[in-house]
Amino acid sequence: MTGYIEPMVGRYVHVDIDGTMHRIYFEEAGQGIPLVCLHTAGSDNRQWRYLLADEEFTKHYRIIAFDLPWHGKSNPPANWDGSEYQLTTQRYTQTIRAFCKALDLNKPVVMGCSIGGRIVLNLAIDHAREFRALIGLEAADFQAPWYDTAWLNRPDIHGGEVCAALVSGLVAPQSPAEARMETLWAYKQGGPGVFKGDLYFYRVDGDLRGRTTAIDTKACPLYLLTGEYDFSCSPEDTVRTASGITGAEVTVMEQLGHFPMSENPAQFRRYIAPVLATIQQKHSS
Amino acid sequence: MKKSDPVSSAFEQLPTLLERDAALIQRGRLLDVDCLLGSTEHSYHVAIRAGRIADMVPAPVLMRSWTFGYRATPEAWTAFWQPMPKAGWHDLLSLTKRGAATLDGDIKPFMTHLQYFKDLLALPRGAGGAA
Repeated sequence: MTGYIEPMVGRYVHVDIDGTMHRIYFEEAGQGIPLVCLHTAGSDNRQWRYLLADEEFTKHYRIIAFDLPWHGKSNPPANWDGSEYQLTTQRYTQTIRAFCKALDLNKPVVMGCSIGGRIVLNLAIDHAREFRALIGLEAADFQAPWYDTAWLNRPDIHGGEVCAALVSGLVAPQSPAEARMETLWAYKQGGPGVFKGDLYFYRVDGDLRGRTTAIDTKACPLYLLTGEYDFSCSPEDTVRTASGITGAEVTVMEQLGHFPMSENPAQFRRYIAPVLATIQQKHSS
Repeated sequence: MKKSDPVSSAFEQLPTLLERDAALIQRGRLLDVDCLLGSTEHSYHVAIRAGRIADMVPAPVLMRSWTFGYRATPEAWTAFWQPMPKAGWHDLLSLTKRGAATLDGDIKPFMTHLQYFKDLLALPRGAGGAA
């Protein structure tokens, strides 16, 4: 073969989530500490392709990025009857834990962005001892709504166009055009109602205000990183959340928005490299 | 009657700037709407037909109706049109979230063509903004 083949490998694992079998697509690369990556609402694991291709990180980490059911290449389950998709806190938590169990991951690190960042906080509240460290990107216990999600799924408006256009403003203006395009392309490809269904968790079911103070960062370190251009989960939202969590480490990332790992991978790398190095050092000592 | 403030001058460049952007016109090819765009001080009745600005006159016009309106403060437009706008001043909906702009009326045409309007109203950014 003469073509350049990227290092990540994609496979399917069958995962029992609350009694229903799901065929979950995931990609992985590297070896070492398991690092499970969670994509944003309405997107899929392609957001992590730059991290999966990082030669340095994959020397020490087994990086794994999966598509939530209904997203990317993880189809809805076989018994889905077409009823409205809605992600809940319980469902999301079950999915992550079941995926980690199916792959027999030993105390993985979980890094999630946006809804993935929010659920990381819930993992820290309820299941901290199962994880080596937790990383929340664009994460907060709550953030003020800035649009009505009813616009995301209606037959007279193109869902892909409106989903992508809404989130386009969350990409920092400094982000390279090609990475911006790719980030938005995933939103144009999402299934009907899936982004809206994810936001049910974000807007309705997953309000963690008042619960995050229970997080014990001695049981599991917590790192929160938010892009300065994210006006959905703003730096102020993250700092406010962290102020109630003893030991949580907060970083505001310059020239980044709501999709740091995909909208500007090089800039994101500057911020995530020290975090991954710290976790690795704690693992080695 | 032309407005003389920098923000209004930038708005009055919109038809010319749009005509130079064939891709944006193409994306708006199915859009016909009468809307009210501008600053909270001076706004314009903008008639869009097939993605082109067919007519644009300063408001108010006696008994002229519009479907939706998007208006921001002059300070917000000036910040929005900076070559590299500061965080929170970089998107039409970040301006509404922070209370520096209003979106009202029947916003369905705005939502069906959201990226079109974001790109249309950002055109002065590449043409010197409100400087």
